[in-house]
Amino acid sequence: MTGHQASRFEADERGFFGGPVDGFGGRFMPEALVAALDELTEAWHDAMADPAFTDEFAAILRDYAGCPSPLYEAERLSAKVGCRILLKREDLNHTGAHKIRNVLGQALLTRRMGKTRVIAETGAGQHGVASATAAAYFGLDCTVYMGAVDTRRQALNVARMNLLGAKVVPVESGSATLKDAINEALRDWVASVDHTAYLFGTAAGPHPFPSLVRDFTRGIGDEARAQCLDRYGRLPDAIAACVGGGSNAIGLFTAFLEDDDVAIYGFEAGGEGVDTPRHAATIGAGERGVLHGARTYVLQDEDGQTVESHSISAGLDYPGVGPEHAFLAATGRASYLPVTDAEAMDALALLSRTEGIIPAIESAHAIAGALRVAEQLAAEKGPEATLLVNLSGRGDKDMGTAIEWFGLGDPEQVTEEPVGQPGEEQTGDRR
Amino acid sequence: MSVTPAFARARDEGRAALVGYLPAGFPDVAGGIEALTTMVDAGCDVIEIGLPYSDPVMDGPTIQAAAQQALDGGVRVADVLRTVEAVAATGTPTLVMTYWNPVERYGVDRFAADLAAAGGAGLITPDLTPDSGAEWIAAADAHDLDKVFLVAPSSTDERIAMTTAASRGFVYAAAVMGVTGARTTTSDLAGPLVARTRATTDLPIGVGIGVSSGDQAAELASYADGVIVGSALVRTLLDHPHDRAAGLAALRALTEELANGVRRG
Repeated sequence: MTGHQASRFEADERGFFGGPVDGFGGRFMPEALVAALDELTEAWHDAMADPAFTDEFAAILRDYAGCPSPLYEAERLSAKVGCRILLKREDLNHTGAHKIRNVLGQALLTRRMGKTRVIAETGAGQHGVASATAAAYFGLDCTVYMGAVDTRRQALNVARMNLLGAKVVPVESGSATLKDAINEALRDWVASVDHTAYLFGTAAGPHPFPSLVRDFTRGIGDEARAQCLDRYGRLPDAIAACVGGGSNAIGLFTAFLEDDDVAIYGFEAGGEGVDTPRHAATIGAGERGVLHGARTYVLQDEDGQTVESHSISAGLDYPGVGPEHAFLAATGRASYLPVTDAEAMDALALLSRTEGIIPAIESAHAIAGALRVAEQLAAEKGPEATLLVNLSGRGDKDMGTAIEWFGLGDPEQVTEEPVGQPGEEQTGDRR
Repeated sequence: MSVTPAFARARDEGRAALVGYLPAGFPDVAGGIEALTTMVDAGCDVIEIGLPYSDPVMDGPTIQAAAQQALDGGVRVADVLRTVEAVAATGTPTLVMTYWNPVERYGVDRFAADLAAAGGAGLITPDLTPDSGAEWIAAADAHDLDKVFLVAPSSTDERIAMTTAASRGFVYAAAVMGVTGARTTTSDLAGPLVARTRATTDLPIGVGIGVSSGDQAAELASYADGVIVGSALVRTLLDHPHDRAAGLAALRALTEELANGVRRG
């Protein structure tokens, strides 16, 4: 973990990336919450400058969450695409995704601030489970808001949160999905702010959350950069991550922003296609606007009403995006491209078959996009070209979706045929 | 048009002003206009028209339900402006209360121009504070519109001073820490907030605190310049989904009770 760097990519003191007029971020929030956001900003600055805090955070990540996660060279996948693919194995973290970093950081900060209760929003339940885990670890009271559509779809995660001691509140308002869960968590926070911290689940929302969440997740990229240099004596040619709100992506990207020779790719959920209404490609197909306290790209209609997003991956199914990603897109430092449901599921099957790793469907978007980039890189630079992909989470939680998508799991239809594309013969042997 | 003369007249009469809220398009556009003009007729001094929005983070279940009904009915920004025009034509100053994104999407200066052209008095902006509102402040000034910003019990004295300095028309004291909604108990946060706000400004101070009865209005009117009522008025219409005449009668009765309350304060 490093402290604050003076960087052209850093937000200004009011949280704008790229300035208040043309830039993204800021704090478009009710006055009632400004004092709490100011308090949080001050506590976060203070904590990040305090070695006692950063050392404790590092120790918890190491001893409890299993960080640093390995950097793994995916040899058979590399052989298939013709250049080196490295996977940052965030799927091996405790609770199975990068999100544990963010919640442990925020919960540690909560304890430092003397607050006793945390609230969180969750879509499919991953951030909710992570928050419940961190709350259990620190002995904090925890309430998770979850769209009623999602509590029905993700009963297993509801049970996990309950087992971890969290209260789960189904949200029936609006479209009863993630954005409405955020709305309801904010409503709770307005009324409870004196003793409650809001563990925001992604690098979005009002200042300081985009920068604060980045600080707690940037270990992904800091570790990966050092691991890559240590092992190969060089930086990757390109890095890639999936982007919903964008916490795993900003966690990877931050360490590489000043490395001008490293190309940066974010892959958004293209759903059924960005030419259909059913996608979550906010940067690619959204318009500038304000959602959940930040100016960013938003999927919205011509009256500024938020439009419902769609993705097969619940973790990417959000009609906004973190403002730093909006800024990186606007400046051209990073490229954001869509990956469809079908492409992601193909990549999920491919990674399972070639590497024995079932990725989260979110992460499968990064894999699918990375395969496109890798073919380009291999053609341009040959087999030594290196692409580093954040494997942000594991796929256990997605087996229900996979069963449905691939037609698996029916005891009457057990088949010897494996799932996914043929292509075994195209992939290389392990050395 | 500004709300200033309405507050001045109430002050001259030794009472607080009654500020009543409904979202536009609820129960539908024509029905909303009829309801709002009923409130004017029954004693509201100032009208707030809500612009229904998909993500209303400061609203409780009552106003959420009404706004959702309006959105489900297909209400557009143009319908909100049409509603403003119809209500402002009564001569009662009419503000729009809106979350920020629809204004930004419409174009801030264009929104200000069209609101002014419709006879609107200005905007109440629950998720836009003056320190993030430079573009709106410039547009409001250019089109001679009221800028009603909010102060809260959690606001520092410094932020209250900054907020009142940027406001025109009145200052909105949201005196409970929580979302909108009728409350039967009064907040002990309102008095100190009004006092802290008054120390920074000569502008009238309107208080929103979940008032739902004439007695609550009277109590609040003893120290506030304006009594703001939203959820309780919305509730009268929500409670009569299939009988508009009964809903309007209940709306009229409650407005009259509140108007009577602010005269007892």
